[in-house]
Amino acid sequence: MTVTTEAPVKETPDAGGVPSFQVTMRLRRFNPESDTEPRWEDHTLTMHGTDRVLDALHKIKWEIDGSLTFRRSCAHGICGSDAMRINGRNRLACKTLLKDLPLDKPISVEPIKGLAVMKDLVVDMEPFYAAYKSIMPFLITTGNDPSRERRQSPEERERFDDTTKCILCAACTTSCPVYWSDGQYFGPQAIVGAHRFIFDSRDEGAEERLEILNDREGVWRCRTTFNCTDACPRGIEVTKAIQEVKQALLFRRV
Amino acid sequence: MAATTIAAPRSPRSPRSPRRMRGRTNTELYAWLFMRVSGVLLMVLVFGHLFVNLMVGEGINALDFAFVAGKWADPFWQVWDLLMLWLAMIHGSNGLRTIINDYAERDQLRMWLKVGLYTAAAITIVLGTLVIFTFDPCPADAAAELLPSFCPAP
Ligand code: FES
Repeated sequence: MTVTTEAPVKETPDAGGVPSFQVTMRLRRFNPESDTEPRWEDHTLTMHGTDRVLDALHKIKWEIDGSLTFRRSCAHGICGSDAMRINGRNRLACKTLLKDLPLDKPISVEPIKGLAVMKDLVVDMEPFYAAYKSIMPFLITTGNDPSRERRQSPEERERFDDTTKCILCAACTTSCPVYWSDGQYFGPQAIVGAHRFIFDSRDEGAEERLEILNDREGVWRCRTTFNCTDACPRGIEVTKAIQEVKQALLFRRV
Repeated sequence: MAATTIAAPRSPRSPRSPRRMRGRTNTELYAWLFMRVSGVLLMVLVFGHLFVNLMVGEGINALDFAFVAGKWADPFWQVWDLLMLWLAMIHGSNGLRTIINDYAERDQLRMWLKVGLYTAAAITIVLGTLVIFTFDPCPADAAAELLPSFCPAP
């Protein structure tokens, strides 16, 4: 261990030499039992360079205010529970490092937009899941012969590889301005979900799914703003997937 | 063992999601396609129009009543301007329609905005078409030096 004489003696040593800093978290709080309107609440914390927004939320919940409510499960970007609006952009709290954000200003954390807030950062995800369900997110085939595998070449698999990465966190759908203003719109996630099956060579439900997305509230509502591609924590090219569905519709019908 | 055929788990016509029952047409598809196609055509038409009116020959100095009257005596320019008028009006109105659909939340408001939009578009298209085809390049009581050269001398 090296000790430098200039280093100020601290009560709590840095975690393994990781730099620490002060950060102000500006949270959008709403308690349906006592508030009529959401309100902002600031907490200033000492965090480390390895900490994520989720760690800051944990620190607040565990050490300062246990009533802070948010969803998280895996804490490693897999389950898609903790999508929230961080500094105005939809991100997963567990994949956003504090040190990557501008620390001289407070970091704002809000619930994702376009879905009803239930408490603090928790929103009602039902309309989002309903849109996903309506595109029939399961393999549709004819017959029920289980005697052999449904084979697929690597190229055929590659065709829809990007959209298989979706974790249903709702970051894309709730970043879409059309979805904010019109809750009937299927939203980018449902289209990504449909894309995953439409372009799967084993699936036979493409026609039906395309018909569903040809709806007034379907793919044609997309304004190609790329908010969804920008928001996706898995790096899915959401807008591209939507354009591919539009193309599939166009060349089947016209 | 004969493979029994199982129907798709939920047929698309099931009444469970009422929002899908509204109109199973390709209207939105055609509207979207129209925007793309008319956009490309308008680029050619508008820039062609600007080029011919402002840059060819004497350029902008040649622009007067006689110039316009001369153009509209030619069926080629009649069709050109007619296409430009119709495509631009429909393209623009459809764009405004989608904006109204996106941002006007109240049903009543949305309906009235669209009624206003369609009326305005229809009036402009009808009037414009009328002008293009009934235009008189040689009005009787106009000063001779303003008229195109092919007008009969008064
Ligand atoms: S907590 Fe699972 S994705 Fe962030």
